[in-house]
Amino acid sequence: MERKYLLGNEAIAHACLEAGVDFVCGYPGTPSSEVIDTLRAQPERPNYLEWSVNEKVALENALAAAWCGVRAICTMKHVGLNVAADPLMTSAYTGVTGGLVILSADDPFAHSSQNEQDTRCYAHFARVPCLDPASVQEAHDMIPAAFSLSEEFGLPVIFRPTTRICHSKGDVELGAVAKSTRNGEFKKDPRQYVVIPAHTRVLHKKLNEKQPAIRKRLVELGFNRCEVKGKTAVIASGIGTTYVQELLPEGVSFMKIAAYPIDEEWLGEFVRKHEKVLVIEELAPEVEEVVRQVAGTVTVFGKKNGYAPWEGELSPQAVAAIMEKAGFLNKSPFAAPAPVTDLPVRPPILCAGCLHRGAFYAIKKVFRDGIYPSDIGCYTLGLQLGAVDTTICMGASITVGSGIAHSGETHDVVCTIGDSTFLHTGIQGLMNAVYNGANMTVVILDNRITAMTGHQPNPNTGLTACGVETPAISLDAVCRACGATFVETLDPYDVTGMVDVLSEAKKRKGVKVIIAKQMCVITARRMGIKRGRYEVDAEACTGCGTCVRFGCPAIEFADEKARINDLCSGCAVCARLCPVGAIRKEGKK
Amino acid sequence: MTGSYDILIVGIGGQGTILASNILGEACLIEGRHIKGAETHGMAQRGGSVESHIRIDGLYGPLIAPGQADLLISFDLLEALRYSHYLKSGGTAVVSKNLVIPTSVYTQKLTPPTEEEIVTALKKYGLCLIDADRIATEAGSPLSQNVVMLGAASRWIPLKPESLLEAVKRLVPKKTIEINAKAFQMGRDAGGKS
Repeated sequence: MERKYLLGNEAIAHACLEAGVDFVCGYPGTPSSEVIDTLRAQPERPNYLEWSVNEKVALENALAAAWCGVRAICTMKHVGLNVAADPLMTSAYTGVTGGLVILSADDPFAHSSQNEQDTRCYAHFARVPCLDPASVQEAHDMIPAAFSLSEEFGLPVIFRPTTRICHSKGDVELGAVAKSTRNGEFKKDPRQYVVIPAHTRVLHKKLNEKQPAIRKRLVELGFNRCEVKGKTAVIASGIGTTYVQELLPEGVSFMKIAAYPIDEEWLGEFVRKHEKVLVIEELAPEVEEVVRQVAGTVTVFGKKNGYAPWEGELSPQAVAAIMEKAGFLNKSPFAAPAPVTDLPVRPPILCAGCLHRGAFYAIKKVFRDGIYPSDIGCYTLGLQLGAVDTTICMGASITVGSGIAHSGETHDVVCTIGDSTFLHTGIQGLMNAVYNGANMTVVILDNRITAMTGHQPNPNTGLTACGVETPAISLDAVCRACGATFVETLDPYDVTGMVDVLSEAKKRKGVKVIIAKQMCVITARRMGIKRGRYEVDAEACTGCGTCVRFGCPAIEFADEKARINDLCSGCAVCARLCPVGAIRKEGKK
Repeated sequence: MTGSYDILIVGIGGQGTILASNILGEACLIEGRHIKGAETHGMAQRGGSVESHIRIDGLYGPLIAPGQADLLISFDLLEALRYSHYLKSGGTAVVSKNLVIPTSVYTQKLTPPTEEEIVTALKKYGLCLIDADRIATEAGSPLSQNVVMLGAASRWIPLKPESLLEAVKRLVPKKTIEINAKAFQMGRDAGGKS
């Protein structure tokens, strides 16, 4: 046994090795990405590991591997499960032979997400078991159990950590790494794997028949447990469990829910021993709904009667406030000191030298009154530059763009989408827009990598997740194959060149595609590419503010003059923008 | 509440708050003590304000409630002020004199507080100001500022300085062990003088 201080996702990755996982795939998404990033950095990796192009692709791959009898894990963020929902729903019917764990990481408070949906609802919907850890140690310990459970019931198991599990840390007791000896073998069984109506009706019945045994087993396994201490009780799940445990007064009963479906008989027996029950959980009232079903005359406090918030994440102070409001604590032990107000904000910002900033500048210059649908990636930060008008989900920039263009709206539509997002679910939108004759400009912001989630390679990078060279996809050829005839690849650091191409695109009808290609500045730095810094000639600077409005964190302004700080990465875009030529390479006159 | 010693480390994405958290974690392992923490990953790291919660001897959740931190370690003056309400009364702030003006000041024409204003506001807590940039440069590399700050903070952290120094040596890149060991010691000296 070894004890290490690990990030939740690192502990989960180690647990996968302990479980002897054979097949790993997924699509990056905060807060889930470090599970595969940790596994792919191991000297001894699982037999097969890939970054897939999207979550549906990933889940179908993992499902097939599990049909062949090997242990597979498929990782994604909560909204990725929407993309993978199609195979998920029917995978519960077909079942699996080898263990299949679907890790879908939820993000209460949407720290890095477009919504606060709850993966537990999908588990309920698909009728598959779901494990919901309360700590880094429990997340680690649950993984081998999740594989065993999956194999015992022949069903995919959803594993649902949240941001405060994935990105929290703790001292974790680790087990020994297991060496897998499994080899995949596909045994033909059309009644199981071909879901024509005649087969699927039978499979649906089998899935429903498994449910009572699953509920009992989850209690036996100790994931859901309780302690009766008095006439009032708190029932908690996920990270909320730990906040409650720290605050729980003497004489109050406690129940921890960490696995679904909940055994209603067992739950009802506990609830009815009390007069008042408080439910503490993040996101949807999944536990509360079941508690209310079995409560009878017991008073239940939770989201549905306004005692707990429906939105955001729990915290020690939030849980204390709920417990106080419901009468489970006399007074919150936490004072609520007010933060200092009116400080200038420091939100995340596109890096100094980021290719996207030049591209957004050119787009706004040429399409001054344009409408700018955008997508999900670092470039969503273009919002701060006034260059992002919509973002809804992966791949939706082109489809939202064509929808606006076909609506009768007369302003020019210019949408932006990253390379990884384009390959994820953008291609279909482009195909559809060309096919149906939309008038719009599509700018693919091509930095050759999936940057926002931690620089994972994608089919555009030329490397696999394991670092093996592979042919890099041609975005130009893909766009032309979708029917686009105006496809231009350029370097967005050359802002004037990009302005010219965009101006040409503006004159034409149909779908125009511009691929703005330049390496992510973080990747470039890691590769040791040095471009040399730029500086402002204070005498020549007129203080016009053109460079400051460009919004680069390397450009400061004081005493009516611009100044370039040491964040400068040498992209030279500001030098091209300066109307009086006051910005030049350091040391050059 | 449960006898944990709660530390909030704040700064700007890229300044090395995560390494500082890892060093504290390793030092706890060396002493056989429990630790819980939570930190900022993902896009928020792109030059944004970042926070790491660390609870030495923590047994429950990873988050510190406002008004509960024993120690605030800040790699930037402005960020120290932004998170100062996390300190309990009588808590200590170990703060780098470094001040990075947020880009929002230039693009949105906001007025940041002056260094004097920030220092005055922080004085309601125990305040230890550290010239981390100068000390780190003297130690051999400005990149070792995070270790300088940990060295200074080690005056308050309930872990043996030997454990912290050992953790520093285990976690920094091999080529920089000597510089970082020196940075830790020089930071610790500076923390003792304030």
